[in-house]
Amino acid sequence: MLTVTLTINDDEQTHTIEPRTVLADLLREQCGLTGTHLGCEHGACGACTLEVDGKATRSCVILAAMCDGRSVRTIEGLHDDKIMEVLRRHFHQLHGVQCGFCTPGMLVMARDILRRHRTPSEKTIRHELSGQVCRCTGYANIVAAIGAAGAELDRDTGA
Amino acid sequence: MKSAPFDYIRPKGVAEAIAALKQEDKSVSLIAGGQSLLVLLSLRMAPVDLLVDIGRIDELKTVSETSTHVFLGAATTHAMIEDGGVPDPSRGLMPRVASAIAYRAIRNHGTIGGSVALADPAADWPACLMALGATAAIRGPAGERREAVTDFVQGMYTTTLQQGEVVLGFDIPRLPAGARWGAAKVTRKSGAFASSMAFVIERGDGAPVRVILGATASHAQPMPAVAAYLSQHDKIDEAEIRSAVAADLDVVDPAADAYQRRNHTATVLRAIREARA
Repeated sequence: MLTVTLTINDDEQTHTIEPRTVLADLLREQCGLTGTHLGCEHGACGACTLEVDGKATRSCVILAAMCDGRSVRTIEGLHDDKIMEVLRRHFHQLHGVQCGFCTPGMLVMARDILRRHRTPSEKTIRHELSGQVCRCTGYANIVAAIGAAGAELDRDTGA
Repeated sequence: MKSAPFDYIRPKGVAEAIAALKQEDKSVSLIAGGQSLLVLLSLRMAPVDLLVDIGRIDELKTVSETSTHVFLGAATTHAMIEDGGVPDPSRGLMPRVASAIAYRAIRNHGTIGGSVALADPAADWPACLMALGATAAIRGPAGERREAVTDFVQGMYTTTLQQGEVVLGFDIPRLPAGARWGAAKVTRKSGAFASSMAFVIERGDGAPVRVILGATASHAQPMPAVAAYLSQHDKIDEAEIRSAVAADLDVVDPAADAYQRRNHTATVLRAIREARA
């Protein structure tokens, strides 16, 4: 067993884990943070995407041990985030959600896209989102919601 | 699936990592970003007793440049190359290649050293670095050695890396002003593993033209007939290039079926058109 200390949603925590524990399993099973969804468990579906040290990360292909000393932000920790508030509203209004399984990963990735591409084109959104699998929506409404959120944020910041 | 149990250590430096690799009774593997290896472990395709995490060793993040070369440490991530966070010796080729590797969340962690050391046949960096004429720097119990990436990668998941050795990084020659390059790959969806990829580099300074084909059944390899044709012809003829491609494919991907040969032909032609555009 290993002991790791990491900051999860601004809260420094110490946990004892098996070395093989991936970050997603630590969050879900030992921290009660079940907003991070595990789909494929081998880096193919993107459902478990969250942030490690501010960077989009698939929490099924990073060991909790590799996150020792690092900062992790999950969908729960983005509740009061300005970009996330706008994204949630547009996902709701444009129906970018059906069963909701992929949604936490979609939202985290959407936020990452808007931070790197201020007002992304549909082509850019589709390229950047291609690692996130959704089995319900056909993606059209998700892509539209991200575009609309980008446009609103761009207006709000007075560019 | 969850991986089978293993032990994990995170040495502070390269020397400590090399020492940790010397456990002959165990299956020991280095891990940096883990974006390929953890997938293989989760699918239980690669049995490992001990993971040695080198992803945070500062020496492996070393980046340096001279007037002729850029050295990128093995732990340089794809995203750093994509974002221009490290010097680009390739006049835009490497950032473009990086931006099309898997997905951003993968690129934030996956490293250039891990990509080359694993030597997945469909990986982008082995083929790209061969085309650029890069040299790998490697350190092991017996000291340091340097080897052209073209020689370092020997087959599917096969390199000359010996037990106890660590890839330190890559010395990449700068492309001179006026150099021409082209790159193309075929994937079934953006970010998926490539079915074929091709790189064409004409430095224009007297150095040989390099044409590299990746995503073959074994590993990325030069296409000498196509390279010879390009070096001899300023004005190119598609039918003649197709013949040269066919001759090279018989050697570099002999078992390729008709579909795969079409994929390869398409990427080589696209890369040449871009280089000659």
